[in-house]
Amino acid sequence: MQFSEYWLRQFVNPTLDADALGHALTMAGLEVEEQVLVAQPFINVVIGEIISAERHPDADRLQLCKVDVGQVEPLQIVCGAPNARVGLKAPCAMIGAKLADLTIKKAKVRGIESSGMMCSAKELGLAEDADGLMEFPSSAAVGQNVRDYLRLDDTLYTIKLTPNRADCLSILGVARDVAAITGAPISLPEMIAITPSNHQNVAVNVAEPVACPVYFGRVVAGVNAKAKTPGWMVRALERSGLRSISVIVDITNFVLLELGQPMHAFDFDKLSGDIAVRFAQADECIQLLNDTEVRLASDDLVIADASGAIALAGIMGGGTTSVSDETSNIFLEAAFFTPDVIAGKARRLGLSTDASYRFERGVDYGNTKQALERATALVLAICGGDAGQVTEAVGTLPDRKTVVLRCSRVAAVLGIDIPKEAVGQILTQLGFSFTQADDSFIVQAPTYRFDIEREADLIEEVARLHGYDKIPAINPQASVNMLPLPTAKLNAFWLKDAMLAQGYQEVVTYSFVDESWERDLLANPKPIKLMNPIASNLSVMRTGLWGGLLDVLTYNINRKQERAMLFEVGSTFHRQEVGYREEAHIGGLCYGAVSPEQWSVPARDVDFYDVKAMVDILSHHQAEYRKETHPALHPGQTARIYLKGQAIGWLGKLHPKWQQHYSLPKSTILFELQTQALLQTQLSVYTEVLKFIPVRRDVAIVVDCTLEVQSIIDAVYKAEIPFLQKIQLFDIYQGKGIAENKKSLAFLILMQDTHKTMVDSEAEAAMAKLLELLKNKFDAQLRN
Amino acid sequence: MANLDHLITDAEADFAACDTATALEDAKAKYLGKTGAITEALKGLGRLSAEERPSAGAAINVVKKGVEAALNARRDAMLDAAQAEQLAGESLDVTLPARAQSVGGLHPVTLTLRRIEQLFHSIGFDVATGPEIETDFYNFTALNIPENHPARAMHDTFYVDDAHVLRTHTSPVQVHYMENALKDNKTPPLKIIAPGRVYRVDSDATHSPMFHQVEGLWVDQHVSFANLKGVVQTFLQQFFERDDLTVRFRPSFFPFTEPSAEMDMSWNGGWLEIGGCGMVHPEVFKHVNIDSEIYQGFAFGLGVERLAMLRYGVNDLRHFFNNDLRFLSQFSK
Repeated sequence: MQFSEYWLRQFVNPTLDADALGHALTMAGLEVEEQVLVAQPFINVVIGEIISAERHPDADRLQLCKVDVGQVEPLQIVCGAPNARVGLKAPCAMIGAKLADLTIKKAKVRGIESSGMMCSAKELGLAEDADGLMEFPSSAAVGQNVRDYLRLDDTLYTIKLTPNRADCLSILGVARDVAAITGAPISLPEMIAITPSNHQNVAVNVAEPVACPVYFGRVVAGVNAKAKTPGWMVRALERSGLRSISVIVDITNFVLLELGQPMHAFDFDKLSGDIAVRFAQADECIQLLNDTEVRLASDDLVIADASGAIALAGIMGGGTTSVSDETSNIFLEAAFFTPDVIAGKARRLGLSTDASYRFERGVDYGNTKQALERATALVLAICGGDAGQVTEAVGTLPDRKTVVLRCSRVAAVLGIDIPKEAVGQILTQLGFSFTQADDSFIVQAPTYRFDIEREADLIEEVARLHGYDKIPAINPQASVNMLPLPTAKLNAFWLKDAMLAQGYQEVVTYSFVDESWERDLLANPKPIKLMNPIASNLSVMRTGLWGGLLDVLTYNINRKQERAMLFEVGSTFHRQEVGYREEAHIGGLCYGAVSPEQWSVPARDVDFYDVKAMVDILSHHQAEYRKETHPALHPGQTARIYLKGQAIGWLGKLHPKWQQHYSLPKSTILFELQTQALLQTQLSVYTEVLKFIPVRRDVAIVVDCTLEVQSIIDAVYKAEIPFLQKIQLFDIYQGKGIAENKKSLAFLILMQDTHKTMVDSEAEAAMAKLLELLKNKFDAQLRN
Repeated sequence: MANLDHLITDAEADFAACDTATALEDAKAKYLGKTGAITEALKGLGRLSAEERPSAGAAINVVKKGVEAALNARRDAMLDAAQAEQLAGESLDVTLPARAQSVGGLHPVTLTLRRIEQLFHSIGFDVATGPEIETDFYNFTALNIPENHPARAMHDTFYVDDAHVLRTHTSPVQVHYMENALKDNKTPPLKIIAPGRVYRVDSDATHSPMFHQVEGLWVDQHVSFANLKGVVQTFLQQFFERDDLTVRFRPSFFPFTEPSAEMDMSWNGGWLEIGGCGMVHPEVFKHVNIDSEIYQGFAFGLGVERLAMLRYGVNDLRHFFNNDLRFLSQFSK
């Protein structure tokens, strides 16, 4: 909410300067978001009247003006403004005036002496643009300081009000809180009940007394709707961010800002029959003030006459009954609609109005009638006319239940002792009525406080008025209990540390991605869509991390990076029968040279096996790799990864077609794994370190080139050859000396007797068994 | 018998003149070979009388030892020289760069989250997590933000469907955690922090549609608003390693805490908003069946990127999600 300091000080005038007042508001929970001066400082600018204007002898566009500034002699001023004319009253910067970075001195303009400067609004810093002198009405007093005349020594505050403080959505409300905080007295505008002077009346039938507990209306006949809104009112509206529209609307807006009561004025002559407050009927439509037509729902509350809905209660008036310049009789409405009935309705219709904003948070139903009287008085004073009798419909008012506040509870929650008298003083300052019992206050909140329903609400008020900054920072005293440290589950830090140690850089990408990434890379035709994405390329929830990693890669390649090792850990989002399922994944990407460019290592691009090493580490060397296919990956260089028999992810080279699609000069290796399985470990259990030295034998065999090495290793272990501890591939060869469809594999074999040193004959026997197995099972030939 | 003492000096001179192993062997023969001077002298012993023989023999032995010592010394010197020459040839430019592997790094948000977790872990806070696609109920209703509550408008929410949103804050984790604790028959004290991604429909220089928060919750019989201030202040002091840092609370409103406060931190002579906090609202306790007459607690939410920006001096939020390697690599130390 925006308002001016001047207006607030009409209600409450504490001995604080503008900055201190702003700070006090902020520290009371009415956070001042912005505090600006209405006008930049300038001095010595007064209202001047042009009493004569002649053409400059040497310049077509300049005039020699004599300007009356209330001194004995008029000033001679050379002026180039197109609207400079005899009789115009405009700002006149006198000799010595300071405007922003300009000081006015006596000067000669084209040979003629000029003793000041006539100013535009722009030159005074009051407008961004101007096409001539700022014009004052003829009533302006010549010689008066312009700052005083326009009341420019004023500050605009914009406060960020939290939803609970609807009571502060008016000057009156802010003033009440300022009075409570500072102890300064509050003075209210005079509220006089107007004596009716005509007998016109509108009957009001409130069909929904719970939704509309209070409705006041009154006819004011014979008003001049074309009257000019007074300058002080225009200024008050403008300094609260509202434009002046027409006098009747301005008056209702003024009362809204002043007292917080949204009002509406109908053109009385356009009403047909009685007024009803009811819920909308099936398929009922209404033409709104903003020229839109909306179809209403059965829970939309409307003001209706015999013709149908004429206003959307608490939100916006209708177009058919709105006041215009031709209006001569009006029907003023001041009502209270309960927050529950208004809440969400404006948003549903794509509207947000000053009225709906207030009604959905709570409007003071104790002040409705005064607001109507205030508006009537303003109408009569500005537009003339005769006020009719007030039509009243008072239904079921909200229940302001009493709330018990225990001083012991205040101390327990806040952690400080506030004496009971001080608590009572705070409640009084806030305008709460109460009775006392022992430790407690039984409190009733005023009608403007919709946020006081329970003890905690009052404790907050006590803390707020006592001053949050007076509450000390005290470290808690508590029992100390050690936290569990389970062996079976690694901290998620471990995964990132493992990646870091291998040279990978962590990235963080958005969880919402381009739909094409899901479709192309993950063959996911039906990703979870956001109803209101921030951008069309961030519209679906990711089921995998590669899209984001490739995006980061592209970003960096475009910035001349030639290699990258990236990883991300984050949630992926999956549909399930009911609702959604989230799965934490770790994804990695390697691109370009396997190591940084350097003098000591020949350059080589990263390949499948380089990245497989990372997967081995993450899986504690337990991963099993099976050749399968994935839409994002090269069909011949793809492994699905299994851990304890369960598929947990993929490793492979980006498919050349996607490499081309994403314009990547080199190939990219990707992997992605579910993290949950990776973080499960078990306690390592010691097995005895043997004192006997193992025997090593090397063997080279020739097998079919399509044979998977893992199948040989698995078969060897499965055969449980005596003494054989370990088989490990150390070389692979294809080419000269080996048949075209064959390959040579060299293994080292470690053998060990657990009880004694092995003798050669035992080793030979084991090797013979091994070779026999390889020959029978894999048609392996011993290579010479 | 002729005096043989000069032989040692002669041999030393001869050996010193040798440059190669072969030359040295030749020189050795001149003294110790079959016809060498010393061998010859020994042969001559036989011609001496029995009385003369012992003393003459001893004298020859002294000379022989002297010559042998000279020979060995020369051999050692030649070996040393040869090795020195070899080593000289193996000398490296020690200033050449090391054989390098890539240097990995963690994202500054991760580094910041770790620091936060470690600090809170040190006073017994456990880490809890929750879903990022959250039900409307947990994101709002269970936190005392019923449907149509104006506070919902404060959260520019991403909707997944009518009943699901991308969580707008980490506060729903509080509710999940308290519910689960109760199911496991665990009673307060409950102390958790809940770090994670959160989402708001907002994107400009100072807002990212996805960012990170850390939620903190401490429920016990006597933890107070003053304690909340103490914990947050101590945390910020440790996080920034500045004892002089103070925290200011300003009244605010969150439907799930009361009293509620905005937390400001003293920074370079001014105040910086650092997050929101408050005492857990009785209505939230009611949702999870914790008796608010027996227990009370506090909750706070901190913006992780904000803390990271202040700690590292990063001036633009967007750096965190652009993932420019020239930015990210600055945090690998």
